[in-house]
Order: sequence, then structure tokens, then C-alpha cells
Amino acid sequence: MSVARTRRLAPWRYRMNRRLVEAACMALGFVLVIWSLAPIYNMVVIALSEHGDIFSGTVWPENPTLNSFYVVATEGFWYLERFWLQFGNSFIVGLSTMFLTLLIGTLASFTVGRMRLRNGWMLTNAALMTYVIPASFLAIPFYRIMQIYGLTNHLFSVIAAITTFATPYAIFIFSQYGKSIPMELDESARIDGANPLQIYLFIYLPLMAPALVAVGTYALLLAWNEYLYNFLMLSTPDSMTVAVALAQFLNSDESPWNYMMATAIVYALPPMVIYYMFRQNMAAGLTMGGVKG
Amino acid sequence: MSSVQQVLPLESPIHAGGARRPRGYFHLQGSDTAWAIAFVIPYAAVFAAFIAYPVLFGLWLGSRPAIYPVLFSDPHYIDTVVNTLLFIGIGVNVKMFLAFLISGYFMRRDWWRRTLLVVFLLPWALPALSAFLSMHYMLVSQWGLLDTLWSTVTGTDGPLFLVSRSTAMASNIVAYIWKWLPFWTLIFLSARMAIPREIYEAAAIDGASALQQTVHVTFPLMANVYLVSTLLSTVWTLGDFPTVYFVTSGAPARSTNVLATYSFHQTFTYARPELGAAAMISALPLVIPVVILLIRRLHRSGVQL
Repeated sequence: MSVARTRRLAPWRYRMNRRLVEAACMALGFVLVIWSLAPIYNMVVIALSEHGDIFSGTVWPENPTLNSFYVVATEGFWYLERFWLQFGNSFIVGLSTMFLTLLIGTLASFTVGRMRLRNGWMLTNAALMTYVIPASFLAIPFYRIMQIYGLTNHLFSVIAAITTFATPYAIFIFSQYGKSIPMELDESARIDGANPLQIYLFIYLPLMAPALVAVGTYALLLAWNEYLYNFLMLSTPDSMTVAVALAQFLNSDESPWNYMMATAIVYALPPMVIYYMFRQNMAAGLTMGGVKG
Repeated sequence: MSSVQQVLPLESPIHAGGARRPRGYFHLQGSDTAWAIAFVIPYAAVFAAFIAYPVLFGLWLGSRPAIYPVLFSDPHYIDTVVNTLLFIGIGVNVKMFLAFLISGYFMRRDWWRRTLLVVFLLPWALPALSAFLSMHYMLVSQWGLLDTLWSTVTGTDGPLFLVSRSTAMASNIVAYIWKWLPFWTLIFLSARMAIPREIYEAAAIDGASALQQTVHVTFPLMANVYLVSTLLSTVWTLGDFPTVYFVTSGAPARSTNVLATYSFHQTFTYARPELGAAAMISALPLVIPVVILLIRRLHRSGVQL
């Protein structure tokens, strides 16, 4: 790296400088660990406390207990009565969103990228607009429209909303990635008499697998982590997802924080497992094209 | 970390293939047109039903001119505008600059830095709801984690974060940076990895110090990614709802709301949806230029996130 500087310094000073830099880097790393873990630590500490001990003003609970997790698992508190059903709802929303996003996104980008559709750029631009505009801007009209469609308290309303906001990203990634698949494959399939549906199913989709995994993970996590639309659309205990059930604890001041934090941890586990399992694909998807300066 | 390196092979076909795609589309004729239309219909339907209709509906909700004097004379709205500008101005820029610096820190690949990166990405992997609820309880009372630490160390009572507007707003901004710093660090890390090493070697031979290399090599080469990321983050942050809703929930006395939470409360707490829609529409003069700039940049350079 610094050839010039090395030559100017005596060896022992150079070595000392290196040690100092190394120590500073370690110290910075330590700060980053504390910074990243503090809220997570806080969550775990509250979840492990007895209800009465939360206010005891200690940094670690005196009698750590897994009781709150037991209460969550057995639906032993009235905000948590339908917890496992709601957990299932979250999975239904996540998986349906993932499936619909992949289906709609691949079909659209296949048509724009691989078939010569007149005015296909309009579709790409519409997607780009939707990608850039934040979802919360549409929350109010979306709520009214779901009432008009008669879909409130139905999981489909949330699935529709999140699919709408995940699809533009899907279309970008697919059309970027699709450029790496040679057009000649399509053409030779055409000559052999394949119709567009067959090309889509047997050539396009298999070759798009890495992008499908990246976008699928993205859509699944987006749906699981979303709160605003879940809260607006779903209000009965049987239709709620975990996010809505969790935030219900804020409704009363007397809420047992330890149960709430235990719920928050259980709610955070599936996305974190998925995240670390598919992190390489995710990171690839998120930064795809991002380095093209 | 290998996760990011794998971006590059994935990337290379797009780069190596050159900017222009050969005109190798098969020509649409007869039944193919029908296929193409059938393939586009799902997205067109989603767009019409869940984007176009809500947008028009929202514009219609806020279309009565008489609502705007009411909105602009609401003192909470003025507070909200100031908060939103602070939230974006400080939050986005500090976050981006830190992400730029920290991405440089993670460029060296010692074993402990790799481990550190896994820990550092945790805030991004954690659902926003869980993280912000936890932060709310760190701040909300004298028995929260921060004040407990404070009184253990200093022996005095800690500050009450959610009682004054300035500390509450600062808490929102810090929480926001905490959540989104890893994501943008990863973006910048992959941008840094795309810079050829030879440029640094040449600069080092010419006697450039590490600082000079950052200023004269890294930054100019990353300027475009940095700009696009900042613009994109600005628009997204303008619509950021969960941070403020959970960390301070507008406390104290509705003085720390941002645009998204303000219009949420106008609509669903005070049952005045036309005010909520008008508040969102009042942001459009800021949003539209940024969006146009962003879309033109994305089109031209092909940078995307």
C-alpha cells in the first residue's frame, strides 16, 4: 500500500505504527459490536426478566427465566391467544407474496426483455416509478380502496399490497439479470418450434434461478417485516399477522414488557434464519448492477 | 466477505456483454402478440388496481384547495415539516457518510473482520418492528437500559430521552441510522470492490497517502453510486413510518412526528383523511424533482440497487 512511506520510516517506527493502527481498528471493531448488539441485548434482557423485575434497574436480570417464552409458546396471555394461528398467517402472507412477485415479475420482464413488445419501455418506467416512491405514501388511499374491494381483514389485501411494492424491484433485477442469458437460446428454441410459453418455462425460468432466489428472499422478508399495511388491513385476531399482534402490546400501558419482547424475539427468528441462509444470494441481488459506476 | 465477492461474477456477464444488446428479439407476429399481451396482463392489472387507482384516489382526496390553509395553519404540521427535514437531512447524510467510511473498514479481510461483518449486519436482518420496540424501551423510562447504565456509571439520574423534543428527535435519527447503516455499507462495500487495485498501487507509487487515495481515487470513482444511493435513500426516508411510530411515537406531545406518522394520525386517529392526503401531497414538490433526477440517472448509468 504505502511503499513511499515505508521507505522513509525506520523499521521499528514502521512496526510501531502498524501496531497502533491495528489496535485502533480493533477498538473501532469493539465499538461497532456494542453499537450493533445493544438493542438486541436489551430485548433479550427484558424477555428473560420476571415481570416485577423489569424496573429493578439492573443491567442483567437477577433471576433470568425463560417463562416469557413459555407463555408465548402456550398462548398464555390474552394478546397472544391466537399466536400460532397468526404465525401461520404471517407465513401465508410471506409465501404468497413471494410466489406472486416471482410470477408477475418474471412474466413482465420476460415480455419486455425477450419479446419485442411495442411500448414495453412504458412498463419498465411504470415499475421504476413505483420502486422509487415510498409505500407509505399510498397507505391512506389503499386502505379506502381495500374497503371498496371488500378485502379488509382478508389476508389477500396485505398480499396484494406487498406484491405491488415488491414487483418493481423484481422487474429490475430480472431484466438486469436476463441480459446475461444469450438471445440465441430463445432463437434456436423458436426454430425448433417452441412457443413463448415453452421458452419461458423451459429456458428462461431455469436460467434465472439465482435471480429468482434473490428476489424471492427479498419478497418473503419484505412481507414478513412489513407493519403499516398489515396494521391497516388486518384487525381481527384471526386475520392478524404476528407484526400486528406484537404491536398490540402498545395499546395498554400495563402491558407485560417481558412477554412483548419474547414475542418480538420469536417474531424475529424466522426472518433472521432465512436472512443468514440466503445472505449471499440476497447481497448479490441487492447490489446487482450497483457497482456499475 | 464472500457474499459480496459473489456479486462480481454475477455481474460480469452484464458488463462484458457491452452496453447494447444485439437486436435479437424474435419478431412478434400472430399468436405471439397474444402471448405477449397475456404475459403482461398480470402486472398491468396489479398496476391499475393497486397503484394507478390508489394514486388517483389519493390525489382526489387531497384535491380540495380549501384544505391546504387548514393544513398549513396547524402548528403540528409545521413541527412535522421541520422534523422531516431534520430526519432526512441529518439521518440520510450521516448514515451515508458513515456507511462510506465503514465500508472501507471492511475492505480488509482478516478473520476477525469477517466475523465482525456478520454481527454488523444483524440490525438489517432484524425486523424493524422488533428493533424499534426494543429501542423504545431503552429510552422510555428511567429504568431503561441506557439510563440504568448511566446511573450505574455516574451515580446520577440519566436524561429522560422522550421528554424533550430535541433528545426525542435525536433518538429517532440514531435509531434510523442504526437500522439502515448495514444495508448501505454493503452497497458501498461492493462498489469499493469493483475499483481495480492497480489504481491504488499506482497512486501509492506516486506517494499518495491513505487519505489522499481516499479523496482522489475512491471518492471520485464512487461518486455516482454515492449520489444515486443518497437520492434513493432520501425518497425512501421521506416515507419512513415505523421508526418514528415506534421509537418515540410522536412523544413528547406530538412534537416529533414526521410526514408519514403525521398523515397516519390525521387519517386514522383524528379521522381526517383529507388532511392526511393533503400532507402527503404537500411533499410532492420535493419528491417529484428527486424522482425525475433519480430515474434519469438510473436510466443513463444503469446503476441500480
